[in-house]
Amino acid sequence: MKTLTWVFLLTIFSGSVYSQTFITRNGYIGFFSKTPLEDIKAENRQVYAVIDVGKKNLAFTCLVKGFLFQKQLMQEHFNENYIESDKYPKADFLGAYTGDVTTNKDGTYPVQIKGKLTLHGVTQNIDVPATIEVKGGKLIGTSNFKLTPGDFNITIPALVREKIEKQIDVRVLVECNPK
Amino acid sequence: MRKILITTAFIFSLFAAPVMAQDSSLLSMLNDSLSSHPTSDVVSGTFKATQIINTPTVEAPAKKTLQFLIMHRFGELSDGAYELFGLDNAEIRFGLDYGISDHLSIGVGRSSLDKTYDANFKLKLLRQTTGKIPVSVSLYELLSYTTAPRTSDKPFLTPRFRTAYTSQLLIARKFSSKLSLQLSPSLIHFNMVPTAKDKNDVFAMGIGGRMKVTKRMSINAEYNYLPGDQVVSSKVYKSLSFGMDIETGGHVFQLIFTNSRGMIGPYYLAKTTGTWADGNIYFGFNISRAFNFKRKE
Repeated sequence: MKTLTWVFLLTIFSGSVYSQTFITRNGYIGFFSKTPLEDIKAENRQVYAVIDVGKKNLAFTCLVKGFLFQKQLMQEHFNENYIESDKYPKADFLGAYTGDVTTNKDGTYPVQIKGKLTLHGVTQNIDVPATIEVKGGKLIGTSNFKLTPGDFNITIPALVREKIEKQIDVRVLVECNPK
Repeated sequence: MRKILITTAFIFSLFAAPVMAQDSSLLSMLNDSLSSHPTSDVVSGTFKATQIINTPTVEAPAKKTLQFLIMHRFGELSDGAYELFGLDNAEIRFGLDYGISDHLSIGVGRSSLDKTYDANFKLKLLRQTTGKIPVSVSLYELLSYTTAPRTSDKPFLTPRFRTAYTSQLLIARKFSSKLSLQLSPSLIHFNMVPTAKDKNDVFAMGIGGRMKVTKRMSINAEYNYLPGDQVVSSKVYKSLSFGMDIETGGHVFQLIFTNSRGMIGPYYLAKTTGTWADGNIYFGFNISRAFNFKRKE
């Protein structure tokens, strides 16, 4: 019966005992579009991210105004006409990953991330591959995937449709330290 | 029996972590952290174009961006059907503006009215920043030089007398993503005025703004108040203009109704001879195109 008690206690505390969160305030998200007419590149280096290894959960948030473009006019159009950053200042993601990550040993773990991405006031489920690398007690998460602006209610006028790719390349890189 | 219980409990403990739902407290934790580290943003896009209608806005071409601007005003609507309501006649100004830095742009222009050349610069002194600076302020200086031929009654029209200077302090605030307003105190110095009673230094106060109707369109209006007793030798009126901005990528297209024929400071501020009441209304447009010379990385 004693063993049983221990097992039960273990069950109850398993979440918190195992729970270990890693966090950053300067993660990176970039997006890219390449067409013969125009190359678009925007980068945000002030992304907040948290990875909870115990619960296998993770979350991201950033201010969309933090995306910096090479051309000022593009950045202005992005904020004013496409992403409407005054109306929808934040983009965030909340999800979970599948796959095991052992934090006490260096190594690279491929994972699959599922969750809800909210952008431009629209929430979409996404399911993307990613890798989590454990290196010297830090977690380095990377992911590359594609998003379609139309899915997030971002309309691209016919006049500039040739200048913007149908699907935008998104790159994520976060280096999280233990909390 | 005990063994089964232990096994069941074990299985439960194994699944305990995975069955937990996505933890929204993670996101609220991040959002708390985000709001506790406020960033101050420079407000961008106060106006779409570098001019409301005639009055320059606080906006200027970005660094290494060249803007080609065509300003065009047809004749008076009151000219009637014979002149196709003014469409038979037109005044035009071509302008080139280049951003030397993100705070300074220089430009040249040529107006058909009095065959006037101009050179100008716009200096961004302050930029509206959330939580810090409530307004954007730019200084606009324009030198204009009239090359219309000498007339017999003014044989003394040497280069010096053909020159005028316009200084405008542009103070604008973007109140919301839709509404922006601008105050533009202006001072014009004419090296020569028609009569001794006319003032060489003319002050005018401009007020203007835009209201967005869609993401890419806005309605604009501007009014330039010219206090009396400054220009007395000819009947001049206050300049009142309405316009609509349509933005398409690197172009801004502005459709305009105004009672001013000229498109640079000395003309629309101090030489507006038309009045809305008499139908001296000029239809016109401004078209700008931005060319980017920034090297790709």
